[in-house]
Amino acid sequence: MLRSLFPNVKMADLMEATKETIYMTGVSVLGTFIFGIALGLLLYLTAKDGLWANKILNFIVATVVNVFRAIPFIILILLLFPFTEFLIGTIRGPNAALPALIIGASPFYGRMVEIALKEVDKGVIEAAKGMGAKTSTIIFKVLLPESMPALISGITVTAIALISYTAMAGVIGAGGLGDLAYLKGFQRWDFDVVLVSTILIVLIVFLFQFLGDYVSNKLDKR
Amino acid sequence: MISIKSLQKVFQSSSGNVQAVDDVSLDIEKGEIFGVIGYSGAGKSTFIRLLNRLEDPTSGEIVIDDNDISKLRGKGLRKARQEIGMIYQHFNLLWSRTVKENIGFPLEIANVPKQEREQRVNELVDLVGLSGRENAYPSQLSGGQKQRVGIARALANKPKVLLCDEATSALDPETTDSILDLLTDINKKLGLTIILITHEMHVIRKISNRVAVMEEGRVVEQGDVLDVFRNPQQKVTKRFVEQVMGDRDQDDSLQEILTHYDSGHILKLHFVGEKTNQAVISEVAKQYDISINILQGKITQTQKGAYGTLVVHLTGEESVIQEAIQYISATSVKVEVNPDAS
Ligand SMILES: Nc1ncnc2c1ncn2[C@@H]1O[C@H](COP(=O)(O)OP(=O)(O)OP(=O)(O)O)[C@@H](O)[C@H]1O
Ligand SMILES: [Mg+2]
Repeated sequence: MLRSLFPNVKMADLMEATKETIYMTGVSVLGTFIFGIALGLLLYLTAKDGLWANKILNFIVATVVNVFRAIPFIILILLLFPFTEFLIGTIRGPNAALPALIIGASPFYGRMVEIALKEVDKGVIEAAKGMGAKTSTIIFKVLLPESMPALISGITVTAIALISYTAMAGVIGAGGLGDLAYLKGFQRWDFDVVLVSTILIVLIVFLFQFLGDYVSNKLDKR
Repeated sequence: MISIKSLQKVFQSSSGNVQAVDDVSLDIEKGEIFGVIGYSGAGKSTFIRLLNRLEDPTSGEIVIDDNDISKLRGKGLRKARQEIGMIYQHFNLLWSRTVKENIGFPLEIANVPKQEREQRVNELVDLVGLSGRENAYPSQLSGGQKQRVGIARALANKPKVLLCDEATSALDPETTDSILDLLTDINKKLGLTIILITHEMHVIRKISNRVAVMEEGRVVEQGDVLDVFRNPQQKVTKRFVEQVMGDRDQDDSLQEILTHYDSGHILKLHFVGEKTNQAVISEVAKQYDISINILQGKITQTQKGAYGTLVVHLTGEESVIQEAIQYISATSVKVEVNPDAS
């Protein structure tokens, strides 16, 4: 029955493409989580009245973030080709998509991290300071845990953006479901392949959304 | 044990400078509960935050147990802060941690090993009366319970001083009293020095030994709570005393009362300190064959005993009444016979 509905869909290709999409999304989400938090912390801590208040550093970080956020993703991939080739050794395949995905999403997520950190109660930070906490203790035991539900909702939104970025990257040869839909579907005019790829992408988006909401709710003790 | 000399704090901003603390000098003794009272904007919070350097002083000196807090930096300052506990109006608990984990936080900061930490946390949970709630999150607690967590947390590293910034201002009167009782209890049990700031004279009256009154950054009056109650010097201080005693209204009604009695004697009794005098009325009633009718009064309890006035009407045989007056006058209660209303 499935065979007759989707005559051109090859199970092995589909499995492979799905694995690639999940792999690209998973690794880039992890990378974005780390770099984004680093950027967000830097923005937050160097801001006026921050723990490391530093006008110049804050200006530099904010500018870099804004510039990278302004570059459309598809152009960012092209722009990063030389860097990707140097780093990964190729510009094709799922691994080659990772630098562009992480560099594209981190500034976006970094801003969300900054907003989440600003929401942390100043009184609690002050209380920690009053107890004799070091800045590193304040970061890892106050700022991050207290903002964790917001950080998780932020990374969920970012992950969904990343899934659509992986599809875009797929079109220029990164593999995954985007690649499948474009090369094996669109270019051969086999629309059943496009359709099945779409369904799978939507399912992956739902999966990430569900996971994100679940974890965020679980952590939120307010 | 705490000696503050010529402390100044100026906030500089584009709209001008604010002198939040102006030349404050105080000596606070070990084991006492020292209250600082003042209206909003008087500089109380700034003052108390200077004591653990949440604010840096513009000039002046703060010496706690021979350690000049105003000159510390980096590691030395962090170490000193571990010996100064602080509780806040809005509790400032970490909502992501349970009661136990909140109380253990300062111990983590001080690198206390896990096992010792746990034992200490359990002691503290007991001390502040939160047994059974140790695994709750702050959002599941009432305001009073949250402040108990705050107190336990502040005591975790066995500090020498406890700073309280409007610690009861977010609580209802009954809960306020229970928290003040807990603080008094801790002060007695642990011999802990407590500095508390408030805008409620009730709080000062209930637990302080000594009080300083702040206005526009300056300490305008200070002394034993009872002395300040009995003999307030400054206008602000008088207003604060009235908060508790409500004097002005009372004199009006006294005038009214006096016109109603032409037989017997009206006595105005002044109680100052000394708890033993509280029984004086019942003693008189027992020993002398006269009737005592209480017309009005306001007695308040301070750490040093009762303070206030009581207006009574005595009727009976004149000679017996005179004996009773003699008896009362022999105690430390001051007696005014047939007072005029002024
Ligand atoms: N960070 C700051 N920057 C500038 N001015 C400040 C700052 N903190 C306090 N002030 C000013 O210092 C003065 C004293 O403020 P403070 O908070 O110490 O008063 P307070 O007695 O605690 O009042 P409240 O009872 O309302 O808490 C006020 O005029 C306030 O505006
Ligand atoms: Mg204040």
